[in-house]
Amino acid sequence: MSSATLSERRAALGFCVYCWGTIAGLIAVVWASFAYLSLDFSRLFTLESGHYMFEFVARFFPPDLSAGFLQRIAKGTLETLAISAVGTLVAALAGLVLALPASGRLGPGLKALTRVFLNALRSVPELVWAALMVLAAGLGPFAGTLALALHTSGVLGRLFAESLENAPPEPARSLLDSGAAPSLAFVYATLPLITPQLIAYSLYRWEMNIRMATVLGFVGAGGLGQMLYYELSLLHEPQACTVIAAMLALVVVVDAVSAWVRRCQMRVGG
Amino acid sequence: MSPSPTQVPLRDPDAPRRATWALVAVVVLWPLLLVAEFRPADLFDARNLKVMSDFLGQFLPPNLSGEFLGLALKATVETLAMATAGTALAMLLAAPLGLALSHSLSISRIGPGPGRGVGEALRALARLVLLVLRGIPEIVWALLLVRAFGLGPAAGVLAIAVTYGGMLGKVYSEILESGDTRPARVLLESGSGRLMAFFYGLLPGSAQELASYTVYRWECAVRASVIMGFVGAGGLGQLMDQSMKMLNGGEVSTILIIFLLLVLLADAISSAVRKTLA
Repeated sequence: MSSATLSERRAALGFCVYCWGTIAGLIAVVWASFAYLSLDFSRLFTLESGHYMFEFVARFFPPDLSAGFLQRIAKGTLETLAISAVGTLVAALAGLVLALPASGRLGPGLKALTRVFLNALRSVPELVWAALMVLAAGLGPFAGTLALALHTSGVLGRLFAESLENAPPEPARSLLDSGAAPSLAFVYATLPLITPQLIAYSLYRWEMNIRMATVLGFVGAGGLGQMLYYELSLLHEPQACTVIAAMLALVVVVDAVSAWVRRCQMRVGG
Repeated sequence: MSPSPTQVPLRDPDAPRRATWALVAVVVLWPLLLVAEFRPADLFDARNLKVMSDFLGQFLPPNLSGEFLGLALKATVETLAMATAGTALAMLLAAPLGLALSHSLSISRIGPGPGRGVGEALRALARLVLLVLRGIPEIVWALLLVRAFGLGPAAGVLAIAVTYGGMLGKVYSEILESGDTRPARVLLESGSGRLMAFFYGLLPGSAQELASYTVYRWECAVRASVIMGFVGAGGLGQLMDQSMKMLNGGEVSTILIIFLLLVLLADAISSAVRKTLA
């Protein structure tokens, strides 16, 4: 039997040393992780810890549904929505301003420089920005808004720059050729072409930012997160349960609305 | 006779519409700005400026002393281990739930079998469980679990397992439904059990997609486990939280640099593994 047929048979059997090596490696890495953290979850399944867990969970029920507290929840939810909306809007404006140099319209040097800047904004997570902004602007929703705006500017700036690069140049060209100023050519020929895309990106980020804004409060940046942190540190479990339920409801509603909008778009588009 | 260009007044044909939209935007935006306490002047408050400039002033040079680097390295390994262990547990949680959810393995769906109602009820329940697991953000889970298990990586690992279990379960069931389900259906119709139909009918076609999505989630888990340290769940985040509370800019900048390198590394590992699987 020649080796060619052997390898063919191997291929047919689906045997691949490399794949099995990868799988074995992965298992080893997972095992090493558990060993390094010295996690022993077998204790989790003893009767005693089951009892403890049950007691822990039971303290959260029933949730506090008094009118006064629900009013505070509504205020916290509104604050969360406002943080995410204003943060995304500021980011969209800043992103557009940064996208102009990042798309290479103002020369290659500025392009490289802005890209580095956008990457830096983007790679620091929102929560770290929030912790920094609490120092810079004090506790409260403004810090959360700034944190979302900073991170999202990085994301949107890059996406907007790509849209600008991919926009068809002919309309702007023809305006420029007929004597329009470059700024007017941009506003009337390039911008309208990419506006739908810019809005779609911004809405998508807004959706993610609503989710993010619910937890930014953990470092003191306002909204539902700050309420949850506060109630939990006072050991007010029933109140904390209501806040968590509100967070869950917010996420589910946002998910449903965005799925609905996307379905509508698909029906219109095709 | 057409009028010469100079006689035509330059007018924006879209002006009324634009003006209306601008007005609506201002009316909607104003209350939002109030609720979000949008006061840029706060940034230039003398006290805040001093705290921030002192803090940022320490960013350079980053703290590169051997002692602190050792601490940071340990936290980095811990973060990676948390993400890996958490994703592994999430897989264990997601695989049965994803299988239960997927319609491609439903026997009662093939014919008007007796168990249809029960099956659909179980599926609705599994879907609800997954929704709650992934709907509550991972850092909230971490905050709760830290209370149950104490400070340290165990809470972080479980928080990742719970949230990502919910996400993976949903995506697994979608992947199993979106691929070619005919082999599984043929097997089921000729009387094989569900598990056998899964292993021989569905898995060969979708294994690569399942694995590559799981690896992608691992990459997200690395990022998430850094964040979760802020509520005391161990790893780099906890170290960063401590340094920030002590306003130690040099340490924070070192950790930020390590964090960026870690994200790049996770990105590279994830895409390399996914390429191997492809």
